[in-house]
Amino acid sequence: MKDEKTLQAIREAREKWEERLSPKLKKFPERKESFETISGINVKRLYTPEDCADLNYLEDLGFPGEYPYTRAVQPTAYRGRLWTMRQYAGFASAEETNERYKFLLGQGQTGLSVAFDLPTQIGYDSDHQLSLGEVGKVGVAIDSLLDMETLFSGIPLAKVSTSMTINAPASVLLAMYIAVAEKQGVAQADLRGTIQNDILKEYSSRGTYIFPPRPSMKIITDIFAYCSEQIPQWNSISISGYHIREAGSTAVQEVAFTLANGIAYVQAAIDAGLGVDQFGPRLSFFFNSHLDFLEEIAKYRAARRLWARIMKERFGAKDPRSMMLRFHTQTAGCTLTAQQPPNNIVRVAFQAMSAVLGGTQSLHTNSMDEALSLPTEEAVQIALRTQQLIACETGVTETVDPLAGSYYIESLTNRIEDEATAYINKIDELGGSVPAIEQGFIQKEIQNAAYGYQKAIESGDRSVVGLNIYQTDSEKPSNLLRMDPEVRNRQVARLEKLRKERDSNAAAKALKNLEETARGNENVMVPILDAVKAYATLGEICDVLRGVFGEYQPSAII
Amino acid sequence: MSERKIRVLTAKPGLDGHDRGVKVISAALRDAGMEVIYTGLRQTPEQIATTALQEDVDVIGLSILSGAHDYLFPRIMELLDEKGMKDVIVLGGGIIPEEDIPGLLSKGIDRVFGPGTYTSEIVQYIQSRVKGS
Repeated sequence: MKDEKTLQAIREAREKWEERLSPKLKKFPERKESFETISGINVKRLYTPEDCADLNYLEDLGFPGEYPYTRAVQPTAYRGRLWTMRQYAGFASAEETNERYKFLLGQGQTGLSVAFDLPTQIGYDSDHQLSLGEVGKVGVAIDSLLDMETLFSGIPLAKVSTSMTINAPASVLLAMYIAVAEKQGVAQADLRGTIQNDILKEYSSRGTYIFPPRPSMKIITDIFAYCSEQIPQWNSISISGYHIREAGSTAVQEVAFTLANGIAYVQAAIDAGLGVDQFGPRLSFFFNSHLDFLEEIAKYRAARRLWARIMKERFGAKDPRSMMLRFHTQTAGCTLTAQQPPNNIVRVAFQAMSAVLGGTQSLHTNSMDEALSLPTEEAVQIALRTQQLIACETGVTETVDPLAGSYYIESLTNRIEDEATAYINKIDELGGSVPAIEQGFIQKEIQNAAYGYQKAIESGDRSVVGLNIYQTDSEKPSNLLRMDPEVRNRQVARLEKLRKERDSNAAAKALKNLEETARGNENVMVPILDAVKAYATLGEICDVLRGVFGEYQPSAII
Repeated sequence: MSERKIRVLTAKPGLDGHDRGVKVISAALRDAGMEVIYTGLRQTPEQIATTALQEDVDVIGLSILSGAHDYLFPRIMELLDEKGMKDVIVLGGGIIPEEDIPGLLSKGIDRVFGPGTYTSEIVQYIQSRVKGS
């Protein structure tokens, strides 16, 4: 960045400064012998131009909206348009969740984000034996198109963008969304939104898998192909580091494992005959926003640059949009404490700020009571207001990538990119993400990091306010959100009624047709859409696919 | 003859995939010298009770974050009772609202550990409970 002579002068001056500092340090030692980021990267006392000596502005940073997109994917960033404020929400039945969505949109939220209950995420109907106790608990229960129609009743799908946290059965829920839109008279080409559709991190971190990895990858490439032809504005995947981080990874591992999964999806789609620029522009990402404020900002910048380089250099992408890492961020649920819950509002605010300074395209801010239960409406409102405060009052949105050029931020951005690249090389040596997961490599790395983090808290090396320092005997809030225990019974009754009233021949025929397609090589999206429209249930559709593809059997490693 | 190691079954009942906590606790119990058997995800109450019997465990640690504890924990206690395993110590953990805890204790759950609990506290608790009983 600087010429040799200038650097030499800085080096000499710094050395002299250190000499002058030395006696003072003896008298007033620093608080610790060494400092590190929350991910264990050593942090020096001071960063100077020496630490960015190799940085080439034009090649490594460039301009916003241009390769390698370190500074931003959009040329004007938040000066043009603010991020999408998108709170993840869903509970109980479609009716109740529909009311929460209308409340959130009325409060100024700009996009929807659907949380499904666990039976829906794992492809079981509400009346399945394994659904007992789980219906409507962590999200909304969706059994058929009927529920989906209720979920979006009165919400114009041409105007909102909708993100759906759905992975193994993503194809089915996307098909239901398309069918609801059709009934509203909205064309597929006008739909905007995202399906998570990222199965690889389910095996390593989140747990809602159904089928084994290889057929899962086939379904995902079918979705890529379908979306690129029919729903060009839809993000066909959200490659997620969020859950990898929640499972305990470091920031570097979050970037590395997420992008390694991204590489696996791109390769699978190319192997299936798709052109990289056909689906590349619709890949999106999802990151965590953790406690280490500056490390997180550097992480987003490093991820953007690294993905651009991977898409251009490794996969030969030509369309700039294929190289742009666009991402959603959620603040780190795992950092919230059950002790002194209002402190979580402050944690979330810092985390949200780092996501904004890192250039996120959309954001979910966690609610203060999430270490205790699903959030109340009041807690969700404060969380949303936190984003609105950052957007409207703090001024950080007025210029693009405001922390660029900080010696520390640039040095840390380089470091995270280098260390993530080393991990990706290691995963390549193992044969890619799928074998690395099958061999347990990624799971083991994450577990070790999680255990180390917990030990650091217990030893006091890591401070958590309210937990291991500044504790009080605070009263826990009692106004937690409670699920109506009748949700399951209502859902089961609705399902029974549906099975009686639908044209059962049409549903059976559509399921048979799906089975035949799944056994062959054709795209499964079309027969899934037909089955959904014939009111076949989610469980019935997934059972057909289970019959063809089998189920994933993990090996539990501790 | 060396002293028998404390045997612990750690389990994830229900469909929830959050296994960071259960894995960290399993590692800590193992490092404290206990024999730990982890079931993996998505275990039915029947599977958990059967494994506990087969493995002849002293303690079962149930981890759940989805809110399904209200149905699944009592169901597991019923099955343990049916199998005559009244002396096994059953602990719960995860996201479990305080007001649900008395109900779970009345069904025979020995103790519920909430978010933020130190693994060292759980280790000590298990050691003193197993020795005491």
